[in-house]
Amino acid sequence: MVEENLLIILVVLPFLAAVAAMTLSINARNAEAWMGGLTMLIMVGILVSLRPFVQDGGSIQITVFWVDAISLNLRFVLDGFSWLFMILVSGIGFLVVLYARYYMSPDDPVPRFYGAMMAFTGSMAGVLLSGNLIMLVVFWELTSFTSFLLISYWNQKPEARDGARTALIVTASGGLCLLAGVLILGHIAGGYDFETVFAAAEQIKAHSLYVPALVLVLLGAFTKSAQFPFHFWLPSAMAAPTPVSAYLHSATMVKAGVYLLVRFFPVLGGTDQWFMLVAGVGVTTLLLGAVIALFRHDLKGLLAYSTISHLGLITTLVGIGSPLAIIAAIFHIVNHAVFKASLFMVAGIIDHETGTRDMRRLSGLRKWLPVTTALAIVASAAMAGVPLLNGFLSKEMFFDVTADWNNGSALDIALPYLATIAGAFSVAYSLRFVVTVFFGPPSRDMPIPKPHEPPALMRRPVEVLAVLCLAVGVFPMTVLGQPLANASVAILGAGMPDFSVRIWHGINVPLMMSAIAIVLGVAIYLAGRKRIDTGPEGPPLIRSLNAKAMFDTVQTALTGDLSREVTRIAGTSRLQPQLRALVMSAVVAGALVLPGTIWWPATPIFGLQEMMFALLWSVGATCAIGAAVLAKYHRFVALVMMGGAGLVACVSFVWLSAPDLAVTQLLVEIVTTVLLLLGLRWLPQRRAEITGDNAPRAKLRRGVDLMIAIISGGGIAAMAYAVMMVPPGLNVGDWFLRNAYSEGGGTNVVNVILVDFRAFDTFGEITVLGIVGLTVFALLRRFRPAPESAETPSPQKGASKDTLDFYMFIVSLLMNWMLAAAVVLGAYLFFRGHDLPGGGFAAGVTIAVGLMLQYIATNVRWVDARLIVLPVRWIAVGLLIAGATGAGSWLFGYPFLSTHAQYVDIPLIGDVPAATALLFDVGVFAVVLGSVVLMLVAIAHQSLRVERKKPRRDPAEAEGEA
Amino acid sequence: MELILALAIGVLCGSGIWLLLRPRTFQVIIGLCLLAYGVNLFIFGMGRLRVGAPPVMPKGGFIDPTAYADPVPQALVLTAIVISFATTALFLVVIMVARGMTGSDHVNGIERSETAPLAERSE
Repeated sequence: MVEENLLIILVVLPFLAAVAAMTLSINARNAEAWMGGLTMLIMVGILVSLRPFVQDGGSIQITVFWVDAISLNLRFVLDGFSWLFMILVSGIGFLVVLYARYYMSPDDPVPRFYGAMMAFTGSMAGVLLSGNLIMLVVFWELTSFTSFLLISYWNQKPEARDGARTALIVTASGGLCLLAGVLILGHIAGGYDFETVFAAAEQIKAHSLYVPALVLVLLGAFTKSAQFPFHFWLPSAMAAPTPVSAYLHSATMVKAGVYLLVRFFPVLGGTDQWFMLVAGVGVTTLLLGAVIALFRHDLKGLLAYSTISHLGLITTLVGIGSPLAIIAAIFHIVNHAVFKASLFMVAGIIDHETGTRDMRRLSGLRKWLPVTTALAIVASAAMAGVPLLNGFLSKEMFFDVTADWNNGSALDIALPYLATIAGAFSVAYSLRFVVTVFFGPPSRDMPIPKPHEPPALMRRPVEVLAVLCLAVGVFPMTVLGQPLANASVAILGAGMPDFSVRIWHGINVPLMMSAIAIVLGVAIYLAGRKRIDTGPEGPPLIRSLNAKAMFDTVQTALTGDLSREVTRIAGTSRLQPQLRALVMSAVVAGALVLPGTIWWPATPIFGLQEMMFALLWSVGATCAIGAAVLAKYHRFVALVMMGGAGLVACVSFVWLSAPDLAVTQLLVEIVTTVLLLLGLRWLPQRRAEITGDNAPRAKLRRGVDLMIAIISGGGIAAMAYAVMMVPPGLNVGDWFLRNAYSEGGGTNVVNVILVDFRAFDTFGEITVLGIVGLTVFALLRRFRPAPESAETPSPQKGASKDTLDFYMFIVSLLMNWMLAAAVVLGAYLFFRGHDLPGGGFAAGVTIAVGLMLQYIATNVRWVDARLIVLPVRWIAVGLLIAGATGAGSWLFGYPFLSTHAQYVDIPLIGDVPAATALLFDVGVFAVVLGSVVLMLVAIAHQSLRVERKKPRRDPAEAEGEA
Repeated sequence: MELILALAIGVLCGSGIWLLLRPRTFQVIIGLCLLAYGVNLFIFGMGRLRVGAPPVMPKGGFIDPTAYADPVPQALVLTAIVISFATTALFLVVIMVARGMTGSDHVNGIERSETAPLAERSE
């Protein structure tokens, strides 16, 4: 059990460290480095302790069940392959953290760097330990996002922003392709767990959807590991700080792509399509990367293209797919990570000490940086594949595999030649790197003239890695034999051949190929040296074919020109056409459905009750139509008529057995009317006819809209009638009715549904209400009324002071007293809510209305001087109470918002329902009260804005109002 | 009963939709309110119409669900009433602010007769 939990810790720990890193102070460089380094070391420690479990094809797994029905579970698996990868991620991660401590300047905000770095490590660990396809894709996309943050770390530089954006677009789109591919795989295999998918390997390869799935998954892998033609994001990501490059482009980000290839090889690999696509793309990338790398003048640019080329090599190996090729691929993943990390660090040291990375300005650094020179030579020799170093061994294996007969296709026959040529170029660029930078006459053209060795601890990571290059190179089986075997067994299973990595196999084909590559590479370099150094960046012929520029052109066309054009043709900033389109599409949808309706036969009974109801609605319909006609020029009348229609709806609710709705509708009606009345003042006066209102075009528009309104109204009426005539069957309401008392402890089923059965919905609803309240408040803080609205309203003009002060004095006095009545009524509605119509919502609105009456009865200043409502706190407290009530059920082991119900006998009052739902209802009450009051008061307060524009009234006079 | 209510829903929604397509902000807000009444009654009607059978039960024991109105549409409409109130409030404030900033109560923030861009116009 311990080891399973350690697995989860491996993924969670870096994310926790990320959160902690973000909270440290802006210049806590040492603390950040300590924390980051310790996190990485703990991960290494955990991995070392888990090593016995992944021996000989063993693995550790843990599943946290989530949505098992659709095979969506959190499943973590550690086997030999992911173990080796995790060691690379955390081990090189530790060295990078140490290196970054000295690389980052004191001006850089380090919390953001270490935070993103730790989050990236966690995402990477997630990718490697995922045992479920969907989960894998989620972590995969997380690595894209966190690497975006890392690449754009120096966000003041335009090239950093640009590079980060390119990387994100390419890799995240690839991730989406991967998701699509994975969904197909899961569909074929009938589940997303690795076991299920791996077991269905034969079925998948035989399926008609195999090729689409393969292409989609490969798109994901190729974009991530910068394979041609998606390679261009990697060089532009070099704008990142060097530790980031050293981490992302050696052991992690780009390796996630090849990890995926190797991991999916048993499922998707071994077919002709796999060979052609994977090996074809791989060898193209290998060759292209190696050639371009030779012609780059920027140190990191050279390393970037070299990385692309080496990833191409690994991809080619996986594409070939023989057991030995897979072993070689895993071996080269490790070797490349080790030497490339050290080379990026060397490039960073050179940049740090001399101020430039341009190879044309650097020369003879051997004189000032002797130790760094030695380390760089070891690492570049490994990169070139010189004997006695790790790069040589895996490159030998690569040559060996390419020279073997695989399937006899043209690509297979060409492979060994292409491999040798690429090998030669890789020797050439490694040579160029070492010779131009470290040898030759000491440069006089560097921004920092006399460089010196970096701090010892900054060089230490490079030393460790260089020693590793040597150790693996000389004693491969002792250092890496067992982990490599474990990793290979995890992929190859029983088909794993005996293998032995040795330096000396005798004189054979691969050795000859190596020799040719080295000789040819030295020759290429010596012959082209002058022209490369003085020539422009990039190789001849393909220099003009810039993939990044093409990408940028396409991007600009798609996100700029195209969208502008589409907006011009199909868009409008006018509201009416948009609403018309919306209504029309609803009409079309209705027209498609209605003709197929089965009309339930009905004999209309028309008794007294129906007569009354019809009479009632003749008033309601008149009100509605009247409001529609008058809303333009007679707004106040329209508002009254709208209220009339609302009251008729309210009466209908009572009539048709919905007392709760009637109570709520009535209260909301009051508040809405008050709200609109308050708003009326800020609209323009409408005395004269609007110009052009009787023009033929305006009449035509109204005519068309009238048709639309009649058609849609008729359609809705028909639908409503069709449904209502069908006798009800069994439905979910019956369950609520049966269980409301026994489960929810209340007899008012509607209230029990709201605060108990569907309390989570209500929780969301009151949150929305709170948000609306705050939004109203925020919008009105910067409100500027139109000047004509800001004047004193005309009835007040010319009135005497007495008239104004004692305006409707008796009425306002009564309204003052109404507050007490409103509070009592609110309390009454609240406490009966669980058993009888009422509840927290109705109570909240009632008391809000009571408060509102005070503003109407007197004025804002008078009320503000006497009542302190603090609506924002009501909202906050209400949400807290509702949330805490819900969370409280966790303490007893129940899901969120489970309730407990019982009755308590309180003296004098009697049996009171004391369900925890009541507590939840308190929250509802508080939020409703707070939001409604906040909105009304915010609008009411606008009258003060007008006051401020005029000369202030005498304070004594204001006092007199009291 | 059903026929009358269906017609009522039709009239409410029709009036609401007509107002929704009108150019003045106040017309639109009244239209939204009328449409909300119509839609609320529509949802409510989905639970079928019952007279004198509110879903408030005696305490305890087994009950016969067919003796009561369907509580689910009622609970839904209760939520809908609250949310339509919130929408109305938000829309009202947007109307007020838009009027203050553009000087017009046209839904496009600019009178149809005026062609000059917003920024160049003076009050």
